[in-house]
Amino acid sequence: MTQENKLIIPDRLRSPLEQRLKSWESLLMLVAITIFVANSFASPYFLNAWNLSDATFNFTEKAMIAFAMALLIISGEIDLSVASIIALASTAMGAAAQVGIGTEGLILVGLTVGLMCGATNGVLVTRFGLPSIVVTIGTMSLFRGISFIILGDQAYRGYPQDFAYFGQGYLWWVISFEFILFIILAIVYGIILHMTNFGRAVYAIGNNPTGALFSGIRVNRVKFILFLLTGLMSGVAAICLTSRLGSTRPSIAFGWELEIVTMVVLGGVNILGGSGSIPGVLIAAFVMGLVTFGLGLLNVPGIVMSIVIGALLISVIALPRLWSVWRT
Amino acid sequence: MNAGKFTNTLQEESPSIELTGITKTFPGVRALSEVSLKLYPGKVTALVGENGAGKSTVVKVLTGIYQPDAGKILLENKPVKFFTPQIAETNGVTAIHQETVLFDELSVAENIFLGHEPKGRFGLIDRSVMFARSEEILNEIGANIDPKAILKDLGTANKHLVAISRALSIDARVVIMDEPTAALSQKEIDELYDLIETLKSQDKAILFISHKFNEIFRIADFYTVYRDGQMVGAGEIDDVSEPELVKLMVGRDVNQIFPARERKIGERVLEVVGYEHPTEFSEIDFNLRRGEILGFYGLVGAGRSELMQALFGITKTSDGSIKIDGAMASIRSPADAVDNGIVYVPEDRGKQGAIGALPIFQNVTLPSLSKTSQNGFIKLAEEFKLAREYSERLDLRAASLDTDVGNLSGGNQQKVVIAKWLATKPKVIILDEPTKGIDIGSKAAVHEFMAELAAQGLAVIMVSSEIPEIVGMSDRAIVMREGRIVAELSQLEITPESLVSYAAGIREYVT
Repeated sequence: MTQENKLIIPDRLRSPLEQRLKSWESLLMLVAITIFVANSFASPYFLNAWNLSDATFNFTEKAMIAFAMALLIISGEIDLSVASIIALASTAMGAAAQVGIGTEGLILVGLTVGLMCGATNGVLVTRFGLPSIVVTIGTMSLFRGISFIILGDQAYRGYPQDFAYFGQGYLWWVISFEFILFIILAIVYGIILHMTNFGRAVYAIGNNPTGALFSGIRVNRVKFILFLLTGLMSGVAAICLTSRLGSTRPSIAFGWELEIVTMVVLGGVNILGGSGSIPGVLIAAFVMGLVTFGLGLLNVPGIVMSIVIGALLISVIALPRLWSVWRT
Repeated sequence: MNAGKFTNTLQEESPSIELTGITKTFPGVRALSEVSLKLYPGKVTALVGENGAGKSTVVKVLTGIYQPDAGKILLENKPVKFFTPQIAETNGVTAIHQETVLFDELSVAENIFLGHEPKGRFGLIDRSVMFARSEEILNEIGANIDPKAILKDLGTANKHLVAISRALSIDARVVIMDEPTAALSQKEIDELYDLIETLKSQDKAILFISHKFNEIFRIADFYTVYRDGQMVGAGEIDDVSEPELVKLMVGRDVNQIFPARERKIGERVLEVVGYEHPTEFSEIDFNLRRGEILGFYGLVGAGRSELMQALFGITKTSDGSIKIDGAMASIRSPADAVDNGIVYVPEDRGKQGAIGALPIFQNVTLPSLSKTSQNGFIKLAEEFKLAREYSERLDLRAASLDTDVGNLSGGNQQKVVIAKWLATKPKVIILDEPTKGIDIGSKAAVHEFMAELAAQGLAVIMVSSEIPEIVGMSDRAIVMREGRIVAELSQLEITPESLVSYAAGIREYVT
């Protein structure tokens, strides 16, 4: 506190490289590589370009939503209605296709429904100050409920021919349109979260919403935008999934919200908010895809697969704690 | 009174609890280095030291929250180990913490007995006994609180009394009071003194931590001084003078006189007209000029903080308008306030001031991100540059700029909050109890800094409950009582007597 011995404070004590090497993402990368190697030994069909390409469809649509969900969870909120938004958006697209609307129109419908559902969640949470977990459990039933009322046990088919491209098209050799879209979205969300003022605000809000508000951050505006983005991504996923399946039933994407949250948490995002990264979620998407694909090749029944996923989630929630103990 | 009595006391009475050679290290910091502490039955020992001297750490060692790396705890001369807070509590060590940990949704009685509820048949909680015992304890400390009331409905001062009751609900031998008077008004402080006398007569050993010297000299029998995690002095309070104690604390002489400054009061920057709030304040009119320090004095609950938070866009007003540099401004959120050049350094640093889990540089740049970015993209080098500039200006002490703010001492956290706001180049800075709970050395630094800000043409609003601070720093002072401005005093009119009499409603202000 005296003037004569002013301290020079270094920017950092540990280099960014060292921090990166000792991060959760690096550990997760090791897990991904291990699973990849184990799979290639376990099944002779694993190391086949077309099989691997097919396997990406297991996670690309979910991961698109997971990127936006990661931001939302880091900010301290959650959206459990995402799978129901897919159902509603898909139903709306099916109805639109029924009256002869073309592919461009269908995309517009899918994205608009996604945005509107996101806006509904956002308004309920930010305007009325309701907890997002309650609001989105409510809208989860609401959105899918509308879909059930419209479709009952029917299904929409008869999508335009060129609409199939989004879920079934390949850009080059085994590289699908969906996979490229997934990579682009990973980069876009990575930039938003890690390189922009908006991303910084997300972290600040997740760590201390009151402190963020008292620092002049427009907390509710940021949260509203995050709900919009999550809704929009659900619309994008709805387009891809509907295109891939070529039909819409009200049970479409049933239970996906938990797989998406699992992916986000596996990626190292703190379920209580405040920390996490997009590279982590990206690797987690691959890990989950590889596990389901590998088990599928080994003819493991679906119920065992969900046991494995469940075990994965619990160990992942426990691991970061052990990990942080080990690191310090 | 004399050295003879002191040695007698030592020979006659062994300490209730004694710490010897306690060392506690955290990553990168040695918080305590072979410190000792003795607390005698029926005596008050004052623990003094600057922020970061290790006072809070030693309290946490005493209450079983931290395990020391080395050293012994002797309870009535028998070595004990407090592995958990529960073990410390069953051994009769209880603490009233700086920031009280209570449960808003529970009743007063449930708060008092949480964790050691009186049990009836089948091991169920005996509620009638719990309420009766609570009433007894509350009466004992002279608190007029219904034990069935829900805690969140109580005011700050009453919550504090509940915390004290909780500490007394166990059969305590050692009572630790960590800045117990920080949130209390003078009347409540007097009541606390009475309570301490009662505890002394019950032969309880009391550890009293405070930054206020008048309290220490009034209430304490012994003193122990820590500095930078080491014990630098201990003895009987009658054998030491205030300057000597200060010198021990800071290791040097501190000029306790408020900074002299040349007052250059400029044009009007802020004008508040007819500010109204349904419950907290009404008919608020005042203005503020460049280079001026305007003190806001009042008792706890006078509505000062609420008014300031309204100016900062947190609390919604029902009526009134505000002009900045002569132009009407609409402030509906803190973001609006910052855009209009009004910034607020809150009293509650931990929750409202800083974001503990984010590093220093990110805290400092948070409201100025538009300056350290291009088209919304963060430029890390610019961020570090801005953070460094203001951290150095405030003489921040930290291992590195990417240290999490939560790991800093209270005084340094306060510096981060102030740095954050100065980086926005504000017109008006509101400081709410800027020196509450910080030590004398840092206090003087904050005062000097405030004077410097005013000299640079910033308009400063200082909310303070410390009369010397208001008298020493303000160019003008506003006294609030029950949500209204009851007096506006020019520099010559600001005296301890006038402040107290207006604030308490003893004297009416006549313009």
